[in-house]
Amino acid sequence: MNDFFLNSTQYERLWDGTLVTLQVLALSFMLGIVLSVGFGVARLSERVAVRAAALVYVEVARGISSIVLLFWMAFALPILLGFDQPSRLLMGSVALGLNMGGYGAEIVRGAIQSVPKGQTEASIALNLTPTQRIRHIVLPQAMPVILPPMGNLTIEILKGTALVSLIGLSDLTFEVSKLRVNRTISDDPVSIPILFLNALIIYFVLAQIIALLFRLAERRVNAGFEQRSGRTAVELSAPTAGVTG
Amino acid sequence: MSAPEPQSTNDSAATPAVRMRGVNKAFGDNVVLRELDLDVAEGERVVIIGPSGSGKTTILRVCMTLERPDSGTIELEGQHLYHEKHGDKLKPAREKHIRQVRSNAGMVFQHFNLFPHMSALENITLAPMKTQGVSRDEAEEHGLELLDKVGLRAHANHTPGQLSGGQKQRVAIARSLATGPKVMLFDEVTSALDPELVGDVLSVLRDIAEEGETTMMLVTHEMGFAREVADRVLMFDSGQIIESGKPSDLLGDPQHERTKSFLGAVFDH
Ligand SMILES: Nc1ncnc2c1ncn2[C@@H]1O[C@H](COP(=O)(O)OP(=O)(O)OP(=O)(O)O)[C@@H](O)[C@H]1O
Ligand SMILES: [Mg+2]
Repeated sequence: MNDFFLNSTQYERLWDGTLVTLQVLALSFMLGIVLSVGFGVARLSERVAVRAAALVYVEVARGISSIVLLFWMAFALPILLGFDQPSRLLMGSVALGLNMGGYGAEIVRGAIQSVPKGQTEASIALNLTPTQRIRHIVLPQAMPVILPPMGNLTIEILKGTALVSLIGLSDLTFEVSKLRVNRTISDDPVSIPILFLNALIIYFVLAQIIALLFRLAERRVNAGFEQRSGRTAVELSAPTAGVTG
Repeated sequence: MSAPEPQSTNDSAATPAVRMRGVNKAFGDNVVLRELDLDVAEGERVVIIGPSGSGKTTILRVCMTLERPDSGTIELEGQHLYHEKHGDKLKPAREKHIRQVRSNAGMVFQHFNLFPHMSALENITLAPMKTQGVSRDEAEEHGLELLDKVGLRAHANHTPGQLSGGQKQRVAIARSLATGPKVMLFDEVTSALDPELVGDVLSVLRDIAEEGETTMMLVTHEMGFAREVADRVLMFDSGQIIESGKPSDLLGDPQHERTKSFLGAVFDH
């Protein structure tokens, strides 16, 4: 039994690493979502300049090696901008978020285009502003199309967070590598296969949690297309006696 | 060619609800509107008939800014829709101006275009709340009144997926009325419906017509209905209004050859 487990100090290290991994994931996810929606919408703008700018971003974000981008953000940019002590956590997350936004924008663009044109036309006829049309009409209907690939992309980003160990952030991958290197000088040497088996399982469980959260979100969105809860039709069909006006 | 005589109602100083002047619209080589002039008086009910693909829908769409005319001017309630006045000159309007003038118009579509992720009531309350700053309570109260009017109060919480075609269209009509537009555009609102559901929708239109406050432009193939509610029927073909008159005259005793053959084909069915 003991053969498959690490000791508690070792698990503490993995736990600390997992927390850093989750921080990087959360930050890059938030940035990635904002960029995905922003540039996904911009890709379909009526204005040529906006469309072109969004296309350039998407192509650059997708075309650049994420590890080179990471090095750039962590090492080159701070020198160019004269930052003294850049937060590696921030820089690493921004790099991954920029990367995610490129793919996410294409997901959002495709999903928006899958919403029937009549929906936008109806909202123009109701005189909604372009922002209101996107926010209240188009995006909610694009959600069922956005969520599944966005879940996959988020799992990709989770796996991509391992790269931040290369800029010295002590994420899960970083901690695992350290345990491997230190095993000879440690008094309780780690079995390498068991160490990596544990790392594998942790990443796998995190990925499953992400998949589950996205499936729940999907279910919630789809439920919105069916009958409302809240006030019942019977209550609403009662006469309006007593209502002022 | 009998030139259109659009101004039967324009001799007074009253501003027409809709005034189109020299409107052109082409899709590639396909010229759909050709120097179109049309005035619709305040409160008037105009039915547009014509062959399939002639551009009837396009007339309504340019008035709703869903299609931009290539040239010409359109005024709603005396205000230029696509232009702003700078002294005597007309300049292309900004989005803000277009929105302000567009608030005079509402449109009901052949295929309803209800928002499937919202209940019937939410479909109706959205625009008043978002574009007119009406409170939720007020919007819902008015929305329920409108649902009452179209006989669907009990369906307030249903989503479009749970409604029949006829019910959807009645919700769509209620939705377009919610912001109180002065000009209503109806594009073949019954032609996607099963025959037994047409009557309910037509009776809602009849109610709106009888109230007499709303200017109505209707494209329809329901000739009986046209005869009943229209003040004027326009025969549209080849980008132009080729004949216009009272329903009894135009439908009963058409002058133009193309009107005759078109009506002949319609009544044969
Ligand atoms: N967005 C578009 N792009 C290209 N062609 C179009 C477009 N919209 C309409 N057309 C063309 O313009 C012509 C007029 O179309 P429109 O829909 O206004 O006709 P209609 O009189 O309403 O026809 P129907 O009775 O079949 O509804 C048609 O030939 C149609 O194919
Ligand atoms: Mg049409």
